[in-house]
Amino acid sequence: MKNIKLLFLLIILSILGGCGYNTLQTTDEQIKAGWAEVVNQYQRRADLIPNLVETVKGFAAQEQQVLLGVTNARAKVGTIQATPELINDPQAFTRFQQAQGELSSALSRLMVVVERYPQLKSDQNFRDLQAQLEGTENRITVARNRYIKAVQTYNVVVRQFPSNLTAMLFGYKEKPQFSVENEKAIAQPPKVDFGGGPGAKGK
Amino acid sequence: MSRAPARGLFVFLALAIFALASAARAEVAVPPLTKRVTDLTGTLDASQQANLENRLAALESRKGSQVAVLLVPTVQPEAIEQYAIRVFDRWKLGRKGVDDGVLLLIAKNDRKLRIEVGYGLEGAIPDAIAKRVVEEDIVPRFKQGDFYGGVLSGVDRIAKLVEGETMPAPRPVERSSPSRGWSNADLLFYGFIAVMIFGGLLRSLFGRMLGAGATALAAGAIAYFLFSVGIAVIVAIVAFLLTLGGRIGYGGSGWSSGGSWSSGGGGFSGGGGSAGGGGASGGW
Repeated sequence: MKNIKLLFLLIILSILGGCGYNTLQTTDEQIKAGWAEVVNQYQRRADLIPNLVETVKGFAAQEQQVLLGVTNARAKVGTIQATPELINDPQAFTRFQQAQGELSSALSRLMVVVERYPQLKSDQNFRDLQAQLEGTENRITVARNRYIKAVQTYNVVVRQFPSNLTAMLFGYKEKPQFSVENEKAIAQPPKVDFGGGPGAKGK
Repeated sequence: MSRAPARGLFVFLALAIFALASAARAEVAVPPLTKRVTDLTGTLDASQQANLENRLAALESRKGSQVAVLLVPTVQPEAIEQYAIRVFDRWKLGRKGVDDGVLLLIAKNDRKLRIEVGYGLEGAIPDAIAKRVVEEDIVPRFKQGDFYGGVLSGVDRIAKLVEGETMPAPRPVERSSPSRGWSNADLLFYGFIAVMIFGGLLRSLFGRMLGAGATALAAGAIAYFLFSVGIAVIVAIVAFLLTLGGRIGYGGSGWSSGGSWSSGGGGFSGGGGSAGGGGASGGW
């Protein structure tokens, strides 16, 4: 009788080992860690912005519209609660991604405008901030790539046989994936402007 | 007789062209890590490399941090940031858990360079400081074509920054242990199953006491070969109790042998550190 129980226990154990349950746990945890890092780096970027805006203001106060764009985009990012549950809600996930994307493009507009102010560009404080911003953007890219890889591994486990049965049984669903933020912008050919228009140097 | 070789040659040529074409588009491969200074461009001569190597080795013996220099001709089609993180992921510079590695990457023909900083040194070398090292120490010398001087002063400044950081002391003597394919968790899991199966088998053959004894002996012997006497004794006792009781809850007595990172001997290898994109890039 005891032997049968033991055998049963063994069978259950080996099924749990072989059916991907453990893999599901590991990959799910990796996604959480990856996501935490993504949010962390986005937060770091948001924290840099007030200081950056202040510094630019000191040299280029007339660029109000661009500065306001950055401030507003940052405020919008701040309203979205980046909880760990966000990755299980595709809609909230898309909203989060959109808000961060808007902030990215507002920041890149600011960096284009900055090119017109040589004094600002040579300011050590601004250069440090710029280096920090570049580093943070790079960290975001790395964190996003790692998150994408983790989700990919996880989604394969969830969809593959026989682990998909386990996933179904325990309620593990596919997770949303990052998409390219500026899909439309990439699809359009870049504009090249040689004219001495209002955007030219000197202003 | 003459047709078959000709066709073979044709197929070979087609394959070769195809391989070349795909190689041209592929990313630049990460070179193996065998020493601290890897120069694939032939820019630094042997004595210069040795000098840099000695400085970096001295830094590692003082602080435990691993700093490596890599010169490649190009990183195209990737950006230097992407290539740097790939190299770092492969080389695993810095100690595991401390993550105190730094990579100085120079893409000579692209005229780009990057300092990639491991997680543990992001405090000692923040992005703004890394940028200053790039722009103040390295780029001016590179602009004059003085590559050795640029790398040397960059390395020296990085070393100075690392020296200023308090970090766990370097391990005095490293006993390099051969890397096992299995992690300890895997061994624990399979060991547990093996004990359950063979223990049950031996018990039904020899009876409770004798079967448990035999299982304990076998498990202990295996653990002795894999680990040490102390662990073998623990494993034997656990195996004995498991087989004796049949369904005693598994207490999970630790098999935690220290993290295995190897750095002794002649070669140089990464300690298991990681980076997350910190640092700064520049060009000249």
